[in-house]
Amino acid sequence: MENLEQMVAQAQADFAAAADAAALEQAKARYLGKSGSITAQLKTLGRLDADARREAGARINQAKGLIEQALDARRSAIREALLAAQLAAEALDVTLPGRGVGLGGLHPVSRTLERIENLFRSIGFEVADGPEIETDFHNFTALNTPENHPARSMHDTFYLEGESEVLLRTHTSPVQIRSMLEHVERFGHLAQMPELRVIIPGRVYRVDSDATHSPMFHQVEGLWVGADISFADLKGVVTDFLRCFFETDDLQVRFRPSFFPFTEPSAEIDVAFMGGELEGQWLEIAGCGMVHPNVLRHGGIDPERYTGFAFGMGPDRLTMLRYGVNDLRLFFEGDLRFLGQFR
Amino acid sequence: MQFSERWLRSMADPAIDTDGLSHLLTMSGLEVEELDPVAPPFTGIVVAEILSADKHPDADKLRLCRVDAGQGEALQIVCGAPNAAAGMKVPCALVGAVLPGDFRIKQARLRGVDSFGMLCSARELGLSDEHAGLLALPPDAPVGSDIRAYLDLDDAKITIKLTPNRADCLSLAGIAREVAALTGAALTLPAIPMVAPAIEDRREIVLDAPDACPRYCGRIIRGVDARAATPAWMKQRIERCGVRSISALVDVTNYVMLELGQPLHAFDDARLTGAVHVRFPVPGEKLELLNEQVVEPSPDTLLIADEAGALAIAGVMGGEHSGITLDTVDMFLESAFFSPDAIAGRARSYGFSSDASHRFERGVDFDLPARAIERATELILGICGGRAGPVVEAVSPGHLPRREPVRLRPARARKLLGIDLDDGRIAAILEGLALTVVRDGEHFSVTPPSYRFDIELEVDLVEELARVHGYDNIPTPPPRGALAMLDDSESRRPAWALCHRLADRDYQEVINFAFVEEAWETDFAGNPAAIRLANPIASQLAVMRSTLLGGLVGNLVTNRNRQQPRVRVFEIGRCFRRDSAGEPVPGFDQPLLLAGLAAGPALPEQWGAPARGIDFFDVKGDVEALLAPACADFAAVVHPALHPGRSASVRVDGEIVGVIGELHPNLVQKYELGSAPVVFELRLDALVRGSLPAYRPISRQPAVIRDLALIVDDAVRVEDLRRGMTAAAPEIVKSIELFDLYHGSGIESGKKSLAFRVLMQDTRRTLEEAEVEAATSALTAQAAQEFGARLRG
Repeated sequence: MENLEQMVAQAQADFAAAADAAALEQAKARYLGKSGSITAQLKTLGRLDADARREAGARINQAKGLIEQALDARRSAIREALLAAQLAAEALDVTLPGRGVGLGGLHPVSRTLERIENLFRSIGFEVADGPEIETDFHNFTALNTPENHPARSMHDTFYLEGESEVLLRTHTSPVQIRSMLEHVERFGHLAQMPELRVIIPGRVYRVDSDATHSPMFHQVEGLWVGADISFADLKGVVTDFLRCFFETDDLQVRFRPSFFPFTEPSAEIDVAFMGGELEGQWLEIAGCGMVHPNVLRHGGIDPERYTGFAFGMGPDRLTMLRYGVNDLRLFFEGDLRFLGQFR
Repeated sequence: MQFSERWLRSMADPAIDTDGLSHLLTMSGLEVEELDPVAPPFTGIVVAEILSADKHPDADKLRLCRVDAGQGEALQIVCGAPNAAAGMKVPCALVGAVLPGDFRIKQARLRGVDSFGMLCSARELGLSDEHAGLLALPPDAPVGSDIRAYLDLDDAKITIKLTPNRADCLSLAGIAREVAALTGAALTLPAIPMVAPAIEDRREIVLDAPDACPRYCGRIIRGVDARAATPAWMKQRIERCGVRSISALVDVTNYVMLELGQPLHAFDDARLTGAVHVRFPVPGEKLELLNEQVVEPSPDTLLIADEAGALAIAGVMGGEHSGITLDTVDMFLESAFFSPDAIAGRARSYGFSSDASHRFERGVDFDLPARAIERATELILGICGGRAGPVVEAVSPGHLPRREPVRLRPARARKLLGIDLDDGRIAAILEGLALTVVRDGEHFSVTPPSYRFDIELEVDLVEELARVHGYDNIPTPPPRGALAMLDDSESRRPAWALCHRLADRDYQEVINFAFVEEAWETDFAGNPAAIRLANPIASQLAVMRSTLLGGLVGNLVTNRNRQQPRVRVFEIGRCFRRDSAGEPVPGFDQPLLLAGLAAGPALPEQWGAPARGIDFFDVKGDVEALLAPACADFAAVVHPALHPGRSASVRVDGEIVGVIGELHPNLVQKYELGSAPVVFELRLDALVRGSLPAYRPISRQPAVIRDLALIVDDAVRVEDLRRGMTAAAPEIVKSIELFDLYHGSGIESGKKSLAFRVLMQDTRRTLEEAEVEAATSALTAQAAQEFGARLRG
């Protein structure tokens, strides 16, 4: 029956011509609906004898199958076209900026202090702090700097009006005394005290103000007291720290004899980078030394049984070196265009 | 301390160059701060004599000179200097000479006349800025000799930064001792012969305060020529040490101080009456000093006096009316030892310092005065003439500093330094420093010389060992120690966690000075009794802050001035108040506070969100997030810096931990802020207290949600209403949260509509409708009864 083949061809053409789902359903009804032509064909089968019915039925069903196949194909084509149109319509300009609440940041010196704390915590240092209005005793006397000692003139000290016994601490070293006394209070009853390892970051004050001096600045004090702590250990710890802090082994570190009343022997620590703008220049970064026996005694510790080292470094300076900041005053001006660079 | 390298090398001359010497000094504790060659490099310049200076035939301003430069025959040189004159000795750059700046001298033709060299000014040699004329050399300058050698220009001025313990290096002799000890170079100190008295005249010396001045040497020298010229070599040496030449007598005292370290003072003997006393002042005594300052010396200021009155502050500064002048004929020379304790801080208390006080307060060799006075006498007689009387020495041996032997345990030294230093090397190092070393069983007994004031304890000797051994030669082992985990309490939050939380919420950390303008304390803390600094660096940095808010408002002003409309900043810092219960420093409370400020648009300007200004509730949300998981109570509060209707205290666990609010309109106006910032300030100790999370079972039963819209008077506070309902709620009510606040159409004025979402749930069973209704009614009834609320229809 050529009729069937024409019918299939016609259906395929009609379906392809259907522009949307509704037109397709209408076209489908013309072939597969109640009064559709295939349906009509099937209705004729009843009039045929068994052999002819089988043979005609097979042909009609084959044609029906082809038509249904064409219908399904067209249906999914229309669905996909529809989805594609929808997706195209929904497309965004992905280059528009993200919606944001903004992000703040830590002060560059805080970044440095947090790193310093983390590096020293990783080798067992605790973090302590102390008062900034400090007693003259803790700031000077207990640190082996009696009144009229020439070393006092190295510190231009801020004093408070009407107060003779207190001052703004000129360094974080007084917290050495407080930490040692606290350590002894906790462990002094033991035959052997555990090691005291502590760092003390904080703000300190001196009467000085220019591009490289701020009347308020930061220090990080370090203190390690134990039964067997030597100057070599001091060199080892500080050198290791500096290489970790600057994330380079290309860093020369030198210890140079110096004087602080509260350490003996004493040293200044200089570093020199082996590349970059400051290549080869020795930069003073910290003071350090073996804790003076008089200071250990003021901390309640017997200098015959325990020795220790201490260091005091300038995190402002470390921050300047690390980020290439060239004016200390920027740290304390609160300019967001500056501070916002350290995210 | 500045000194001439050549002078140093005249006493100790190690086989190292200038840079090597500088490194050696730095690495032994005498830090070289500056190193300046006396002259820049140049060659081919000799001493020459101008034989004749005639006018140039074709130029008014040029001279045609015939010059003897020791070349065999006279040179013809054209010269523009106005002072060129026959008979003058000047530096002459020969053809082939290279001047500073790589300027090469060639034969030249100037206005038609050949010129074979160049006559030089001081500036052309890089010696000074002087260029008005040729550098005039002394008439006895040997013609033809190299100018570098003649003027001793192959020298450097070295400045070392001495730590206060090394007063022994405040002289050439002291530095030379150190260099010799470090390098093994021979030490050649000047020989000091005793000057035999030519006259009998003597002035008696009385030590009235022998503990402050245990040794005083004095000598009269009569008939000196105070106007004699200082010899060039002496002038050059002291000038290269940074000391200005003044007159021969003054220059000699400075020379000896630089050479040996002994400060000297020269009195005009004609102005002295009777014996010299070293004593403390009598009440009401006044003294006019050399710097024309009139002081009334404090009772602990040691004076040099005669029988008529005070002459000088001992070891600090001479008096205006007793010192030598150019007319002095008879002088009285003082060379004394003053105890450091008697001098320390005195000059500073009068607002100046002097070379003498700088040395005496750090410690001058107490065995030096007699030698120094002989040295000075020898030089004075040689330069100024005169006849010296005998040296009168007053001494109180019992009051001189003692040099007690210090025990050194070699094992202790090795342990403290972490190095192997054998006993022999230890003894050698100490002896090299002129310490007396005596073996005492396993230990050493070590006695320092009279010029070392910094060796009293074993550790002081250990430092000497380390210094001479070389810090560089001490190993640098990796850190080692007993491992122990640190306390890391989960229920405490490090301050860094808070910083990061705020930074994540768009706040930038700032660090402000702890001293502020006094007005800030009144404005932002209502604190009329601020802690004042006795010596502020500026009047606007005069008081200690008791609040961080002033600084943050200052940051806002700074950034507004720099076109930053949106400012969100925070600071963690100590604040200070007087408090009799304060600790650890009695009398002061010094809490760490955390404060924040937000101003300008709530969000960064962007296309995707409507612009609106920051308000109280934005910042309240930040504070709540900062405190979370703790839930804070906010209650209206009156605060001097805040809008009275828009500020709240922040209470956690019943304790007030801070405040939040909009800045008071008066302050907004005063500080020209435009719109009001919202600020908060919290005690850090409250913020770091966290809590350990604790698990509560999650209900598997379905939750029931009911929304409740209530109309109440505007005056009713939402939190009061919510709490009232919560208190009256049956157990199945798990939460009551406000989700809408409405004013306007449908709600009469003076009222507001509040919509609460009520969540009900049981852990074991599904709720029945009746229970839900009963709970809702209970809440409504409570709201109606306590707050006059009615359900919105």
